[in-house]
Amino acid sequence: MTTGKRESAYRNDAVIKVTGRARYADDHTFPRMAHCVPVYSDFVHAENLSVDTREAARQDGVLKVITAADIPGAVRFGQIERDYPMLAEDRILSHGDVVALVVAETREAALEAARQVRISADPLPPLIDPEEAFRPDAPVIRPGTKNNIVNHHKIRRGDARSALAACDIVIDHTFRTSFVEHAYLEPESAVCVPRPDGVMEVYGSMQHPFTTRRFVAAILGEPLARVEIRTVPVGGGFGGKDDTAAVVCARAALAARLCDRPVKLTYARQWSMRESYKRHPYVLHYRMGLNRDGRVQAVEARIIADAGAYCSTTPWVTWRSAVQCCGPYRVEHVHADVYGVATNNVFTGAFRGFGSPQVNFAVEQLMDMAAEKTGLSPLEIRRINMVTQGAETITGQLLNNHTVSIREVMDTVAEKIGYEEKRARSSRGKGDPENLYGVGLAICYRGASLGAEGMDFCSAVINCQFDGSILLEVGIHENGQGAESAMILTLQEHLGVDRGRITYRQPSTSSIPDGGPTVASRGTLMGCGAVVLAAKKLKKIIAEALADTLGCAPEKVRFQDDAILGEADDQRLSWDEAMRQLFLKRVYPYSFAGFRAPAVTWDEETGQGDAYFTYVYSCQAVEVSVNLKTGRVRLLNVVAAHDIGKAVNRPMLLGQIYGGIAQGMGMALMEKVETEGGVIRNASFRKYRIPKAMDLPEMTALIIENPDPTSPSGAKGIGEPALEIIAPAIANAVYHATGRRMDRLPIRIEKEDA
Amino acid sequence: MEEAELGNEIVEISMQVNGVSVVLRTPANRTLLSILREDLRLTGAKEGCGIGECGACTVLMNGKAVNACMVLAPKADGARITTIEGLGDEARLHPLQEAFVKHGAVQCGFCTPGMILSAKALLDENPNPTRLEIREGISGNLCRCTGYQQIVDAIEEVAARKQGEES
Repeated sequence: MTTGKRESAYRNDAVIKVTGRARYADDHTFPRMAHCVPVYSDFVHAENLSVDTREAARQDGVLKVITAADIPGAVRFGQIERDYPMLAEDRILSHGDVVALVVAETREAALEAARQVRISADPLPPLIDPEEAFRPDAPVIRPGTKNNIVNHHKIRRGDARSALAACDIVIDHTFRTSFVEHAYLEPESAVCVPRPDGVMEVYGSMQHPFTTRRFVAAILGEPLARVEIRTVPVGGGFGGKDDTAAVVCARAALAARLCDRPVKLTYARQWSMRESYKRHPYVLHYRMGLNRDGRVQAVEARIIADAGAYCSTTPWVTWRSAVQCCGPYRVEHVHADVYGVATNNVFTGAFRGFGSPQVNFAVEQLMDMAAEKTGLSPLEIRRINMVTQGAETITGQLLNNHTVSIREVMDTVAEKIGYEEKRARSSRGKGDPENLYGVGLAICYRGASLGAEGMDFCSAVINCQFDGSILLEVGIHENGQGAESAMILTLQEHLGVDRGRITYRQPSTSSIPDGGPTVASRGTLMGCGAVVLAAKKLKKIIAEALADTLGCAPEKVRFQDDAILGEADDQRLSWDEAMRQLFLKRVYPYSFAGFRAPAVTWDEETGQGDAYFTYVYSCQAVEVSVNLKTGRVRLLNVVAAHDIGKAVNRPMLLGQIYGGIAQGMGMALMEKVETEGGVIRNASFRKYRIPKAMDLPEMTALIIENPDPTSPSGAKGIGEPALEIIAPAIANAVYHATGRRMDRLPIRIEKEDA
Repeated sequence: MEEAELGNEIVEISMQVNGVSVVLRTPANRTLLSILREDLRLTGAKEGCGIGECGACTVLMNGKAVNACMVLAPKADGARITTIEGLGDEARLHPLQEAFVKHGAVQCGFCTPGMILSAKALLDENPNPTRLEIREGISGNLCRCTGYQQIVDAIEEVAARKQGEES
């Protein structure tokens, strides 16, 4: 275990970012570039939509006003269900629906003309309460569907009902979470350029170029090969720049195609907050049964997630919630139902954590509640129930292909923060009401990568040049997390070359195969996996070509110290010389390899199967002070430990942990997208507050490394584990401070009269 | 994006931008941010919110950190402006830029130019801040990626180095 404080950070893009030279989507301009803006309606739910664009089209500088009727390809698209109207047709299902696009010579002219678009429709009552929408007699929101249930995932294991009836203790509790905004600092932006060869070229702020390509190709009605999505720096994503960002690119491409000019569509913050999908609010009803000895016997859970008006990734988000609905614990009897339910709220989708922060918020508080009821310490009850090496998860998966380190991880954090001693002196509501003190902790495991959500594979290209320089390209996207740097470091290690030789060639969707989305904390795992396999192939090519020169068998050739060596150290070719020799032999030092994730299985009816091919283990603990007079909760200290397999780039890994904690702290204590009748009331950074430097304490991040055999590089992922347990850790700490259980997010302390 | 009260009558303004004299005619209701980004092609300052809340557009105006999205053109007349492009370049990084690189204080990088300029304004005013004062000093700059810790580390190191040089 290491903290790695002193190591100097490596990022291939750090210098261009600190000097302001990095060119994000909106920093691009092209000759004859026009500007596009979206037009919204005032409706939340309406039918018989009619959009009159004539007046707007007559305004100075306006090139075109576009509605759904102008779309040459598909109006509706989506990653799972094709239900999202990229421009509204006859219905409005949410306040974020875009009804038209105005394209003009300048942004100002486009904004001016957008006010002249006349919109009429027959309003319908909005359905905004997911529990109401769930009822069989609820009006059906989405045309063509039978009810408002978007999906239903089940876990059926043992006989939970009978087991609960036989338990000594049953804890019955309901938890609620809120809409949360991603608040990436860079709003969505796209610049689309129709090329002379007919290809639509896209420079956009997005997390996933290949998803974006599908959206763009769909709206244009053109094949994938005629759309090229270029890589540009992205100003944050956190799951939020998947379909929302893809739709913005699709709209800009539509405008560019129809006007036959480059078009820029950059979102204002208030549009971004109005329209982009949020984290799902959950209602979680749990019944957890245990015996007096602290062993959890059974869990019944009924979980409803507000999907908002469109499907997006709700079925995948809620699937993870189902798989992880009992935390990292062994439970023999589980009966869980997780529903995504459509409403007329802003839609919800991927957000760092992806369905786990909500269930962890419930489960990790339930464990503390169970500890209290059984008289065990929160650490002890977790030790009794947590998964161990070879244990079976609630989905029937045997954890036997990697190191199950949850105990090591938890004990490391507990010791570092001094958990037991600090728990003993927590206030429990006694003492100075303006300065109550508490410590709290939470643990989890997280299934790595996509699991049974989807096809999981990724590729890398290593293209060595004959002058000794090397081009590397991987089907994983740089979202700001440092993906490219991790790939470079992995290649450097596996080829044994100087890092300065390697240039990361930012791929486009036309230069490398679809590597899947850069989501699910899979970038390092899948991307570095592909790099390792491609490096292996490359070394074989080079070894076979140079074995004679080096006087040894190909399998004896070694790659180290920026050179290629035979069996003896004096049989040595510098990397430069080796490349020259390959040129003379007319051998390409080039390799391509794909990494296919190990197989997973899933049975949708029983909710049983090997859901993920490996897991990341995490623990976070916090100290808080609570002021009952002001209601303020202050975070005093955070200690986090994560077993991520192997640290590829330590300072970046630490940065992911700190950043995840900060976002999770926002969700826990500050952030809530306030809606009223389906309309977001705080769609600005003035009203929606995210953590500032002053809101956060100094944090300690501990890295635990048990290289994972399922990962070619040994590394797993950190993006999401870093965020997903801070809220329950804070809630548990607030309980230890106040004696009050916090079952809602964000946490609000009822003020006591002075 | 909020509409300014000033009209769109054309004004002439002159500024020193990164040491270079600039004279331009522009509608009075345009922001310094849009002039920098669109007219001068200095795109290091970013628009994150348009209402002066996120600090991504921070530049130095007469040595003070300001949100360029809140400064209308006439206000910048006669001012000395430093943008991130004027602080240092690849060949010669400013110590703050160097420290941000070294400490891994950069992730998506969208807040970075503004963050570095706020840090510079802070250190110019208070060369020896505590970590808490650093946190206070950058509280006008939002970062959604880093949790600020490595940013504070970076600024602290530059402050300490400055102290070392002076003593």
